Amino acid sequence: MATIVEKIIAAHSADDVYAGATVWLELDVRAARDFGGASVVKNFEKHYPGQKVADAAKTFFTFDCVVPAKDIPYANNQQLCREFAARQGVKVFDVDAGIGSHVLMEEGLARPGRTVVNTDSHMNIVGAIGCLGQGMGDVDVAFAFRAGRTWLEVPPSVKVVLNGKFKWPTTAKDLALALLRGFGSSRLLGKAVELYGPAAERLSLEERITVASMATEMGAVGIIIPPTEEVLEWCGGAAGAEVEGVYADEDASYEATYELDVDGLEPLVACPPSPANVKSASEVAGREIGSAFFGSCTNGRLEDFRAAARVMSGRPVADGAVAYAVPATRRVYGAMLAEGLAAELFAAGFVVSNAGCGGCAQGQIGMTAEGEVQVSTSNRNFPGKQGAGETYLCSPATAAASALMGSVTDPREVA
Amino acid sequence: MAARPFVLEGPVWPIVGALGTFLSDVDTDQIYHNARLAVTDVDEMGQYAFGNLAGWEDFPKKVKPGDILAVGGNFGAGSSRQHAVDCFRALGVAGVVGASFGSIYKRNAINAGWPLLECPRLVDLGLSPGDVLKMNLEKGEVANVTKGKAVPARPFSRVQLDIYFAGDLFAYGAKFGG
Repeated sequence: MATIVEKIIAAHSADDVYAGATVWLELDVRAARDFGGASVVKNFEKHYPGQKVADAAKTFFTFDCVVPAKDIPYANNQQLCREFAARQGVKVFDVDAGIGSHVLMEEGLARPGRTVVNTDSHMNIVGAIGCLGQGMGDVDVAFAFRAGRTWLEVPPSVKVVLNGKFKWPTTAKDLALALLRGFGSSRLLGKAVELYGPAAERLSLEERITVASMATEMGAVGIIIPPTEEVLEWCGGAAGAEVEGVYADEDASYEATYELDVDGLEPLVACPPSPANVKSASEVAGREIGSAFFGSCTNGRLEDFRAAARVMSGRPVADGAVAYAVPATRRVYGAMLAEGLAAELFAAGFVVSNAGCGGCAQGQIGMTAEGEVQVSTSNRNFPGKQGAGETYLCSPATAAASALMGSVTDPREVA
Repeated sequence: MAARPFVLEGPVWPIVGALGTFLSDVDTDQIYHNARLAVTDVDEMGQYAFGNLAGWEDFPKKVKPGDILAVGGNFGAGSSRQHAVDCFRALGVAGVVGASFGSIYKRNAINAGWPLLECPRLVDLGLSPGDVLKMNLEKGEVANVTKGKAVPARPFSRVQLDIYFAGDLFAYGAKFGG
């Protein structure tokens, strides 16, 4: 009678697991990124001088925020992590690797049923493959490095049933924005959300990543999607081993059940100043843009860049606008090169960059100026988050339509 | 570290507004302003506690070691800064009771081994400044000793107790072999 999150926690804890209980949770993966990583190292060395991490094979650094380092302080912070890692025998996914949460999935380290922490508030994105991820601060992660475990309050679970079918150029990003519109930024506060129903089952791996990536903006502990055979196969390939999904019991009890019909869902845009400020793309249409950003942990997969190219269909970025494409990982970047997608976007006028987080940590690419309007496929548009300008969050299709026209554009107008 | 007590007792500071009712949604910027985030020495943080909360700026000068805070709902909402917990520890504040807390604030208090009790019925204690408040961490009870009233609170979980008795999360971690 347990939900997915309760089952995953119970498999990693000796304590009684029920919603509201605080338990010790064994961690399969403990990671720190370049953002926060240096503080993790300093905390570790201050409090555990001369000691080893609990299990070097389960401990990682994932550099993704400022890659490669844009200034000497960041370069020094990354070097501090590298040197610690070398002393401890810990693997570093360096500045070439891409977004840590994605790399951990591609490497088969984050797997269905596993537990993962990182200094990344979007670490819960691994809910896309039925894995429990938790973002945390540097004190918590330093402890996790040493102890191999963390403490966790078992979240209450809620069920969201997605009915119907959305149609291109409406995409999974619009579904994520529809959930934000419906739940706002606090109704799911502290909850673990499980997705069911035909529209959830149909989601591809990439689409699952997009939807799960915005759980944090909804205040949720995570959006966990029961893996299909196709997802398990992908995870098994990544892990080089057979993997099993964790599924809720039939009589699992949920604090609440919500239903959402996605038939007729329109392309949506989250307007400044918050991701929950969602309007239809047609309502915002005509707002002139200075730039369009494609990437981030939300929309940095191959399928996302294919969607952008599909909308552009050989046409160039509008005069007066610039477009940035930042693949989530080196592997995605390689695939874009191999299938000609990078060349296609390049020919359309895009800046095509190395893999990483892009603009979210103000590190890599695509900072906005005061007064600049940017459409972005990322997940946050709080003031100052992606620069000094105004950020409109949307799907790769809507961002491409907007890049094409030089103003916010409903992709149905040009696709 | 010497054994830490299950029961704490001390004069209370109800954090109230001009109308005398508990302030709710006091965020971490009001507790410890971001202009002071560069401070890394806990002992220096005390002077900035409530430095950005209207009417409470002089709190660090008035509070005494062993005093207890009583706060309204969603105390410590907002950012993840540990300073918002550590500033009170620096002043020797023995602990905090509140109707509810921001989830990261609660995590940070637990990690620091600083006693925090969630007490939805706190308002029923009719607390006045300086009333003697008693926190029973194990049983989960908060009492106004002065006025002879008690209400239930959520007792410490085993995890909270483990960390509390070790001192803090790092001290707890040091007990792991390696």
